[in-house]
Amino acid sequence: MSLAAHPDETPRTPVVSRRQQTWLAVRRQPAAATGAVVLLLFVLVAVLAPYVAPYGQREKVGDLFASPSGAHPFGLDDGGVDMLTLMMHGARISLLVGFAAAAVAMLIGGTVGLLSGYFGGKIDALLSGVTNYMIAIPDIPLILVAAALFGRSLTNIIVIIGAIYWTYTARIIRAEVKSVRERVYVKRARSLGASNARIILRHVLPQVAPLLVAQTVLFVAYAIFAETSIAFLGLGDPSLISWGKLIENAFEANAITAGAWWAIVPPGFAVAFVVLACTMLGRTLEDALNPRLRVGHLSVHRFRVRRLAAKEQE
Amino acid sequence: MRGTNYVVKRTLFALMTLLVAVTLNFVLFRAAPGDPASALRCRACTPEFKEAQRKEFGLDKSKLEQYGIYVKQLAQGNLGSSFSSRRPVWEELKDPLLNTLPMVALGTIFSIVFGIASGVVAAWRRGTVADWGNLSVSLFFYSLPTQWLGLMLVIVFAGVLPISGISDPFLEFTDPSWWDTFVDRLKHMLLPSMTLGLVLYGDYALVTRSALLQTLGEDYILTARAKGLGAWRIVRRHALRNALLPVSTLIAISLGYLVGGAILVEAVFSYPGIGLEVYDAVFERDYPMLQGAFLLLMLSVVLANYVADLLYLKLDPRISE
Repeated sequence: MSLAAHPDETPRTPVVSRRQQTWLAVRRQPAAATGAVVLLLFVLVAVLAPYVAPYGQREKVGDLFASPSGAHPFGLDDGGVDMLTLMMHGARISLLVGFAAAAVAMLIGGTVGLLSGYFGGKIDALLSGVTNYMIAIPDIPLILVAAALFGRSLTNIIVIIGAIYWTYTARIIRAEVKSVRERVYVKRARSLGASNARIILRHVLPQVAPLLVAQTVLFVAYAIFAETSIAFLGLGDPSLISWGKLIENAFEANAITAGAWWAIVPPGFAVAFVVLACTMLGRTLEDALNPRLRVGHLSVHRFRVRRLAAKEQE
Repeated sequence: MRGTNYVVKRTLFALMTLLVAVTLNFVLFRAAPGDPASALRCRACTPEFKEAQRKEFGLDKSKLEQYGIYVKQLAQGNLGSSFSSRRPVWEELKDPLLNTLPMVALGTIFSIVFGIASGVVAAWRRGTVADWGNLSVSLFFYSLPTQWLGLMLVIVFAGVLPISGISDPFLEFTDPSWWDTFVDRLKHMLLPSMTLGLVLYGDYALVTRSALLQTLGEDYILTARAKGLGAWRIVRRHALRNALLPVSTLIAISLGYLVGGAILVEAVFSYPGIGLEVYDAVFERDYPMLQGAFLLLMLSVVLANYVADLLYLKLDPRISE
């Protein structure tokens, strides 16, 4: 009772859970908040595209490469289709590929990271060996070759990108799991007879989950990039419109020689905005959640700016 | 000897990566739907040619035997022959590879120069508009699709610089000196490598900035300042030298990106390098060419990483411990 009456008597440092930490990171850092808002806006447009797009995505509404006007703020493409409509529909496919491929990468990378970090020993040697060799192999050429051999359907492209981009996630999750595994409560659970599966699912996974999510957000950006490359080589699903496909279309239709910059500028900017948004959000989350990033200048990590900024404030 | 352990380790790793790359190359192409010969869609190919291909690939043997044959052929430098030109793949890829190297090298130089310059400015003027602006610009470029940026450069520089090919076809009629040829080549290389440089320099800028900020906080910088040295001299002579260490690792890391970027950039600028060969091979479904080009790309990245690892030992002997 006296405790309730005098709550301030014993000063305590508040215990902040991972989830709270994540939330605080997003709220405190304007970069992360901006990233989240921009990403949300694009997702909204993508979801609502069939309802809010002003014209049909195959509807010829004017001259080929007609310049921007009041009715068509982004002009028309090489088939006389409204660019704004195409951009909205393109967002659907580009973001779908981005999120789905990142989810595949999360699943594979997360599993590999959990298994190799948790079990160690031979399993770890094998799995992290494979991971390291895969990282050493350039991914865009690998993705392009795989797409050339197996590609052309949306599902295949998603699986290909995800199956190649899991490596970094696996490496980071492995390191985190190795440290979580040694914590007292995990050891206690083990001595109480909890099975490996239970320890992994109940105690380890919840600890690494936020980091996994941060990684996945980052890889949405990489996956969208990869999709534009695949589309540029004409390896995308020919019946679907994505931002990458729009760039390829404009290139193939000689939009530049025709002076139709409007057919090619918007998709590039859209990709840039989404990639920037994902990077800002993902990096901030990662910095907030991954203490390992503070070690060593040798881990060449992109966008370490914010980490240093935080250090300077201390 | 100091560092022997490290060298052995890195050599083993490079060799293993190579093995994984070769295996991957084998598995991917064999797992593809249809066998390589039936995937042939060129009209010009006769049934005999297809049959010869089938035999050359040894498709009647078991997978393990096929793998053995593949590795053996590779060891002999035999990459098979192109479907469309029917010439050996290596003969077809030799010159493009030589064309790509200087272009990619120039791109790397661009990105290092831009990157270090803007990183130094950002770190020196940290927390100011110059810092913020520098970082935003480099991040923006970093977020652009490579092929798109290339097309933007075409829009901007059309008429000023050559936007396609590797040399001026009319130049040879004027009996050019080697200098004219050199300048002409360089001009054609400029836009493709500038594209790569712009997309990549953000990485260098960020790493330079953070490394420089770290070194600027060291005690010896304080000492230098106490001696009364000027700010620029401190940055250049004392801080930057140490800050360049992490930057040097980036060069090798960015190579993996560069080969991917080269495919896109060469397609945009019709630059006859190995990337354009990949692009064409994809269109023509020329699988031996694709396989050969892919292998060469992986090989060069693994090799470059290996060399970088060894160089790094020279730069920073601490890593051997």
